[in-house]
Amino acid sequence: MSPPLLGVEGQSQCNVSLMASSASADRVAKNGLGLKERNYLGLSDCSSVDSSAVSSVPEEKKSNLNLKATELRLGLPGSQSPERESDFTLLGPSKLDEKQLFPLIPSKDGICLLSQKTVVSGNKRGFSDTVDGFSESKSTVFNDGSWMFNPASSDSGQTKLAGNAGINVMLSNRSSGTQPSVKTEVPGNTSKECSNKMNGSNTNSAPASKAQVVGWPPIRSFRKNSLAPTSKNNDEVDGKPGPGALFVKVSMDGAPYLRKVDLRTYSTYQELSSALEKMFSCFTLGQCGPQGAPSRETLSESKLRDLLHGSEYVLTYEDKDGDWMLVGDVPWEMFIDSCKRLKIMKGSDAIGLEC
Amino acid sequence: MDPDPKKSKFLPSNLLNSNGSSHPQSLFPDEVLEKVLSLIDSHKDRNSVSLVCKDWYNAERWTRSNLFIGNCYSVSPEIVARRFPKIKSVRLKGKPRFSDFDMLPRDWGANVHSWLVMFAKAYPFLEELRLKRMTVSDQSMELLAKSFPHFRALSLSSCDGFTDDGLKAITTHCGNLTELDIRDSVTVDVGGGWLSCFPEDFSSLEILNFSSLNSEVSFEALEKLVSRCRSLRVLKVNESITLDQLQRLLVHAPLLTELGTGSFLQELTPRQYEDIESAFGNSKNLQVLSGLWDATSFYLPVLYGACSGLTFLNLSDAVLQSGELAKLLAHCPNLRRLWVIDTVEDKGLEAVGSSCPLLEELRVFPVDPYDLDHRHGVSEMGFLAVSRGCRKLRYVLYFCRRMTNAAVVTIVQNCPDFTHFRLCIMNPRQPDYLTNETMDEAFGAVAKTCTKLRRLSVSGLLTDTTFEYIGKYAKNLETLSVAFAGSSDRGMQCVLEGCPKLRKLEIRDCPFGNAALLSGLKKYEMMRSLWMSSCNLTMKGCRLLAREMPRLNVEVIKDKGSDEIQADKVYVYRSVAGPRQDAPPVVLTL
Repeated sequence: MSPPLLGVEGQSQCNVSLMASSASADRVAKNGLGLKERNYLGLSDCSSVDSSAVSSVPEEKKSNLNLKATELRLGLPGSQSPERESDFTLLGPSKLDEKQLFPLIPSKDGICLLSQKTVVSGNKRGFSDTVDGFSESKSTVFNDGSWMFNPASSDSGQTKLAGNAGINVMLSNRSSGTQPSVKTEVPGNTSKECSNKMNGSNTNSAPASKAQVVGWPPIRSFRKNSLAPTSKNNDEVDGKPGPGALFVKVSMDGAPYLRKVDLRTYSTYQELSSALEKMFSCFTLGQCGPQGAPSRETLSESKLRDLLHGSEYVLTYEDKDGDWMLVGDVPWEMFIDSCKRLKIMKGSDAIGLEC
Repeated sequence: MDPDPKKSKFLPSNLLNSNGSSHPQSLFPDEVLEKVLSLIDSHKDRNSVSLVCKDWYNAERWTRSNLFIGNCYSVSPEIVARRFPKIKSVRLKGKPRFSDFDMLPRDWGANVHSWLVMFAKAYPFLEELRLKRMTVSDQSMELLAKSFPHFRALSLSSCDGFTDDGLKAITTHCGNLTELDIRDSVTVDVGGGWLSCFPEDFSSLEILNFSSLNSEVSFEALEKLVSRCRSLRVLKVNESITLDQLQRLLVHAPLLTELGTGSFLQELTPRQYEDIESAFGNSKNLQVLSGLWDATSFYLPVLYGACSGLTFLNLSDAVLQSGELAKLLAHCPNLRRLWVIDTVEDKGLEAVGSSCPLLEELRVFPVDPYDLDHRHGVSEMGFLAVSRGCRKLRYVLYFCRRMTNAAVVTIVQNCPDFTHFRLCIMNPRQPDYLTNETMDEAFGAVAKTCTKLRRLSVSGLLTDTTFEYIGKYAKNLETLSVAFAGSSDRGMQCVLEGCPKLRKLEIRDCPFGNAALLSGLKKYEMMRSLWMSSCNLTMKGCRLLAREMPRLNVEVIKDKGSDEIQADKVYVYRSVAGPRQDAPPVVLTL
C-alpha cells in the first residue's frame, strides 16, 4: 500500500490556497470600509465618545461590529454594538448608553442573574450574522451552543479545567462543521480516528485543512499550547490534547490573584470584555467566587454607576515586543496573535498609554 | 550465604585441584568473587556476569543492590524477590512510550502497588525508588512512606494516579528524604499542601523538583524548607512561584547546581530587579537552568550572571524569539544541552550554532503542533546552522515543517557522532520540499554515516528503501520509532533482520501486516517490546504469534467501533511472568 504521493501533496496545496484566499476575503470584508472618524484620545468624556462613535458608524451590522472592534476607547470597544443591546433590553436602554467600561456594565447585577445561555447565544448571533461567505460554516459551529461552556468556565474555580471543556466541545462541533475540503493524512484508518476521538479537525479561524490524528505530532500534552503558559491540564478532558487554546494571564490591579482566559474562545473584543467582566466582577462588587476571596461589602448600585462614570478600569495587553498596549486598536485576529497577557489597569495608571 | 567449607581464601590452588575438581571456579573463593562483583554497577554487565556459571550467578545475585526493570510486566515481583535478596534501590518502567501521546486507555495498567507490597516484605532496607510511566496511587505512596525507615529518594517521571494526600504521606513520614523529584507529571491538580508537611526539624533534602505540579504551594513553608536544608543542590519550583519569591529562595541556597525557576510574569520594581539580578549573579554553581515560564526580553537579562557555568539550559517552557535567545546564549559558552521552542526560528538556531561550540544535545519543540497559526517554526536551515557550529552534536530532537534530503546528508557529515537522531517532520508523509522526492536518502545517510546511532525516529515520506538502509547500516540501533512510513511488509522485515541490537520498536500508521509481524518471531524475545498501532495487523496474525511464542505477551487493544478482524493496537513483549492479570477489559491478551 503505497501512499499517494502527488495526490496528497496536490490536495494539500489546493486546500491551502482555498483557505488562504478565503482568509484574505474575510479580512477584506472586515476592514475594507474606508476611514471612519475615530476618537484616539480615549480620555474624553464618556458620553461624547459614545455619541461620536455611534454616529460615525454606518448602519450595516457587519461594518458596525467590525469597526467597533477597532475603535479606540477607554473601555473595551465593541460594547456598544446593537446586538449586545438587544441582549440586555431587560436591563434598561438608558444604562447601556453610558460608557461601557470594563469591568462593569450597568447591568452588572443583572448579568449575573441572566442565564448564560441568553448572553452567549446573543453574542454568537450577532457575530454570525455579520460574517458571510466562507465563514458560514464557522457560524454554524459557533451557534451550536458550544460556547455555553465559556461562561461556566469563567465562573468556576476550575478555569483551566472548564476552559478545556469548552475547547473540546468546540472541537467536536468544529469537526461536524468541517469544510468538505478537509484532507485526511492517513488513508484507511483516519475516518475511524477522526470520528472516534474528539481531536476534531483543524478548522480554526486560521485555515488549516489537515485532520488531526491521535498522538501526532508526538508531543507530550504538557508541552502543547506553549503560546499561552499552561497546558498541563489537557489530560483532564478525555485525555485528548486541546489544540489551539491560547491561554493568557489576566491580572487586575488590586485583585489578590490572576486569572487565565483562552483567547481563542472569543472572536470579538466584546466577547472578551463580557467574559472578563464576569470573571473579575467579584473583585469590584465584593462577591466571593468559589476561590475563597475575602468578602467585602457588596457595593450599592449607585456606587457601581459611579465606578462607571469614573472610567475606573482600562484593559491593556502586553504584546510580543513587550510593550503595553491598549486593547482595541487592532483587528481581533491581529490582537490575539500578538497578545501575551492582559492587564486591567486603573484608569489613572493607563494615562500613559494614550498615543 | 554460607561459604563452601571446601573453599577458603587461604587455600592454595593446588590443594583444591587435588580434590579432583578442575573447575576454574574453585580458584576463586566466593568472598573474593562477591567483593569484586559488588563493585560492578552496570546492570548490563551484571546480567552478563550472572550467565557465566551457577556460582557466579549466585555471587551476583547476592551482591546486586540496584535493580533495574525496563518493563514492569516482563517479570513478577515474586520472581524478583526470590532472586535478589539485597536490593536497596529500584528503577521501574511501566507503560509503553506511546502512552505519553494519549494512545493508551486510562486504566491500562503499570500500577506499582503490587511491587511495593513485595518490596515492603522483601526489602525493608529499600532506599530509593525511581518510577517511569507508572501509576502510583495515594495508597501506594502511604505504603511506601510507612514501610521503609531508610527511604531516601523518590523519583516519579511521567507518573500518574496520585494526589496531594499521597505526597503528604511521603513528606510527613520519610524523615531521611534526600530526593523528591516529580517530573512530567501526568496527574492534574495535585494540591500543594504536601510541601507544608515536612517536619519542622527536617533538613536532609538535597533534590526537590515539583515543577510539573500545577498547584500553588505555601511559599512560607518552601522558604523555611530551603533555608533549613543546607545540602540542597537541586531546586525546581513550579509556575506559581514568582520572581521575587525566587529571589528569596536563591538567597537561602547559593550552592544550587540545578535551578528550575517559576514564572517570570511579574512586574518588578527596580529594586526587586536588582535583587533578583544579584541573586542570580551569586549563583555561581548553576549548571542546569529550567522553568522560565513567561520569560520576556525585559527580564531575561537577570539570568545572565548565572549563565557562565551552565551546561544544560531548558527553555522548553519559555516562548522566546530569536533575538532574545541570541542574547541569552551569548552568556552561555559552556552549554552542552539546550532545549528550545521553535519560536526562535532558524535565526535563533544560527545563534546556537555560533554561540555554543560545545553543544552535544539539542531539542526543538513546536509551539504550535497543530499548525493552527501557520507559525514558521524551524526548517532545515536552522538544523544546518547548528550542525555547522556544533560539531559535537550527538543528540537531537527536532520538530519541523520542512526538510530536505540534502540538508540531512550535510548535517550528518558535519556531525557524524550522532547517537540519538529524532527528526519529526510534522506533516505525515511529507516529501523533500525542494525536490519532492521521498526522504529515504536522508535517513539512509543517517544510518550510513552515524555508526554510533542508538536511537532513531523517522518521519516524512518514506518507502521501504529507508528500512533497507537502516537494516543494512544501523548496526548499533537499539530504539526505532516509525510513523506513516514504508510501502510494504518488506520494510519492517529489513529492520527485524538487519539490526542485531534492536530492543524497542514502535510503529504506527504503517502498511505493515501479519507477514511483517511474524517475520520477527525469533527476534522479539531478544527485544524489550514491540508496539504496532494502526497498521495492517489482524487478530489472526496476533493469535498466531502468541501461539508460536509462549514466552511473549501479545496484547491487543481494540479501538471503539473497529471490527472483529483488525488488531488496532498491538503490544508485544517478552515476559517470564506469563500473561498479566491486571489488564483492563479493553486489552486482550492472546
